[in-house]
Amino acid sequence: MKARNGFFAFVRKETLHILRDPRTMLIVLGIPVVQLLLFGFAISTEVNNIDFAVAAPHPSETVRRVVARIAANDYFTFRGYVDAARIDRVLRTAEADVVVVFADDFDRRRTVSCAAIPAAAGETTLAVADGKAAVQLIFDASNPNTAAAGAGYLQSILTGEDSLGTERAGVEMRLLYNPQMKSAYNFVPGIMGLLFILICSIMTSVSIVREKESGTMEVLLVSPVRPVWIVFAKMIPYFLLSCFDLSVILLLARYVLGVPMSGSIAGIVGVSILYLLLALALGLFISTIADRQATALVISAMLMLLPVIMLSGMVFPVENMPGVLQALSCAIPARWYIEAVRKLMVQALPFSAVVREFLILLAMTLALIGIALRKFNDKLE
Amino acid sequence: MNNSEIILSVRELTKRFGTFTAVDRISFEVRRGEIFGFLGANGAGKTTAMRMLCGLSYPTAGFGTVAGYDIATQGEAIKRRIGYMSQRFSLYDDLTVMENIRLFGGIYGLSRREILRRAAELLRRLGFRGEARTRVGALPLGWKQKLAFAVATLHRPEVVFLDEPTGGVDPVTRRQFWELIYEAAAGGTTIFVTTHYMDEAEYCSRVSIMVDGRIRAIGTPAELKRQFAAESVDELFRSLARGAKRSE
Amino acid sequence: MMTDVAIRVEGLVKRYGRVTALEGISFEVRRGELFGLIGPDGAGKTTLFRLLATLLEPDAGRAEVDGCDIVRDYRTIRARVGYMPGRFSLYADLSVEENLAFFAALFGVGVRDNYDLIAPIYRQIEPFRRRRAGKLSGGMKQKLALCCALVHRPAVLLLDEPTTGVDPVSRCEFWEMLARLRDEGISILVATPYMDEARRCDRVALCDRGRLLAVDTPRGIVETFDCPLYALSGGDMYGLLKAARAETGVETCYPFGAEHHLTVGPEFDPGNFRRRLADAGFGDVDLHRVEPGIEDLFMKRMRHE
Repeated sequence: MKARNGFFAFVRKETLHILRDPRTMLIVLGIPVVQLLLFGFAISTEVNNIDFAVAAPHPSETVRRVVARIAANDYFTFRGYVDAARIDRVLRTAEADVVVVFADDFDRRRTVSCAAIPAAAGETTLAVADGKAAVQLIFDASNPNTAAAGAGYLQSILTGEDSLGTERAGVEMRLLYNPQMKSAYNFVPGIMGLLFILICSIMTSVSIVREKESGTMEVLLVSPVRPVWIVFAKMIPYFLLSCFDLSVILLLARYVLGVPMSGSIAGIVGVSILYLLLALALGLFISTIADRQATALVISAMLMLLPVIMLSGMVFPVENMPGVLQALSCAIPARWYIEAVRKLMVQALPFSAVVREFLILLAMTLALIGIALRKFNDKLE
Repeated sequence: MNNSEIILSVRELTKRFGTFTAVDRISFEVRRGEIFGFLGANGAGKTTAMRMLCGLSYPTAGFGTVAGYDIATQGEAIKRRIGYMSQRFSLYDDLTVMENIRLFGGIYGLSRREILRRAAELLRRLGFRGEARTRVGALPLGWKQKLAFAVATLHRPEVVFLDEPTGGVDPVTRRQFWELIYEAAAGGTTIFVTTHYMDEAEYCSRVSIMVDGRIRAIGTPAELKRQFAAESVDELFRSLARGAKRSE
Repeated sequence: MMTDVAIRVEGLVKRYGRVTALEGISFEVRRGELFGLIGPDGAGKTTLFRLLATLLEPDAGRAEVDGCDIVRDYRTIRARVGYMPGRFSLYADLSVEENLAFFAALFGVGVRDNYDLIAPIYRQIEPFRRRRAGKLSGGMKQKLALCCALVHRPAVLLLDEPTTGVDPVSRCEFWEMLARLRDEGISILVATPYMDEARRCDRVALCDRGRLLAVDTPRGIVETFDCPLYALSGGDMYGLLKAARAETGVETCYPFGAEHHLTVGPEFDPGNFRRRLADAGFGDVDLHRVEPGIEDLFMKRMRHE
């Protein structure tokens, strides 16, 4: 009874800390909405208005039909026919973002190949696949996102309709889900993966370490309340806040960004709650190794934010990474979480499809809680 | 050197934060070479007044000069002519004694040769010659404070502001510290010091006692004890500060 | 098991790496005693408090608080002591009453349960009960921290430098409160760097660099001062200090408030000393025997170690 009173007093106190600090409130409540809308809208408009030119030595009737079909798409604007020798120049002067090259014998072969090599920013790279393909797409890949998105759109147009007669067998990449390549669909799981780390791990670790720094932890330890409960009590408000954020994000994604959510809502919530627990355990772990708030922040940023952004597949697809980084990304919880949420949210797969991800996250959570509790000390050293 | 020259002077100096008057029309003068003890309870306005004198904050009203420069308009010129040392921050713990001396000498624009010359003299005077390569963090607190004082006076400032320089220092080192102060004052440096040790107030040439933002008493310790019929500055301080209405 | 000893420390040693913070100290605090631990920074006071508060474990030696071993029974001790660390240990963003209510709940009691104990202190800060703790003055913060440490009526109170950085008036009030709590039967161990506060304690331990220099009543301690002590004053105090040190028979000479205190050897002759100072141009000096204080003794012991 006594211990329980202490526990609730603690939860109350933590809640007051959060409510009293406008910055915390802003981070916790403002950032999810802002990020979601930012990535949902701002990013997706960027891939509009792709200028394309066509190089075809002898534009046949079929070629003209294909070109008309691309030009009819909202995303693309036709800039005219160009000579094959001028392709490089057209791209360098930004007259077009992409040149569609039809082979002489297009009518006969009707297969499509795609080549777009991301290069350092500002540099135009041309990549021409070997002459076997019937259609080559040559991109200005200095903006890899535009290039990748454009490639996706073009391929879906070229292969999507049988009326064109292009053969599916010749296509190297096909878009199985998110056929319009709406970036919101990709970013929503990514933002969720990032945000819960931010709120749960960073905020809890900083708030625990703050007490070490200010000296209040000394008084708390010298009290009958078990230190483990002190820490759990700290997690509850952040857990509840994250649950609130989760519902805000799901509602925004569904009704503002139009993400279909046709999969298992319960599955999404279940995986998310597991991920929240994992993030909290991670925060607790960080708090056991950091003595100062600044240290906790730096560790969090280096250990979590950057890898989550760079390696989790939130921004750069995991499949495109070098082998070493792919292996490294396996150790990042956000990768598995984002993958699971993508499957559930965008691909509308049943929960059974994410059992592997769920189990990996569960194992990580248990391991982290174990390590953190073992490391957490009710003495000062 | 003219010992009656006025080096620091304030007239009706006032600082208000909103409706709260932290420093309320204080006036006093300090002469060159004096050790001036600036006493007051927590929250009496000492720190606020000291910040204005060091050119770190602007007065709301009133006028003051330090080393001949106006505290309201010539803060930068003042900062070059004063030294400052507080209990909390004085030196960088992760730098060695010599590195700290070079850093602060450099900050005040001393030439490399001049820094080395003064550093050697300073280390000799403090008996620190073997410690030039020791990290400051590894020195005992008392040594650190003595070194901090020496570094704060490295550029031969006209006035040195000391904010509770001896807090927590052992009684022997505390006295050695005061001997450094005496020595600097005898050399013509003016010392402006705050302290919670009332025996240290007795070492000052003159003291002022602030209560609720105003100066309630000012004079030599002997004069004040006579005036208020007190045995010691401690007793005098307590009888004046007891009547304080506010605490911060 | 009630014993008449509130805190027993036997040969306590604590090291941090190669630094030895406590070099095997022993003393006892009796029940209902106001016991002062007096020494400068670096004496090991904070380490001792953290050991007694069960936040650290000793490398050697043992200690008991309220009859419980600090290593074995640390959970029991945590329920029975009130601990105030040296740093400000309240929540700056919570109000005065929220802080108090939180610490009460932490110890499983209500604020009203032991209100009689804290009332004399709490009444002084009650007008500001809705103010955030971070906005209180130094003296008021200490009063609130004391209330929070007392709210569960601890048997033993551990106060690590509660008066450091606090002005002399608030310090004086704080000691008056401690005396009242002692009269309520609470055993108090309090650390301070201010030597003049020793006279407020029933007994004191003087400590320096991890060792105890002396343990006794304030009066008993100064009685061990075994050589004549003189007070010297005159016009040019700094000149006098240097001149006096050069005289034969003078062992030490240190500023002591308005006077200098001299410890002297057997060959010291006051008449001769005065004459020689007068010859050196110090005509108006006053020299008389004085009773030593705690600080005199502390300095003497420090030098002789």
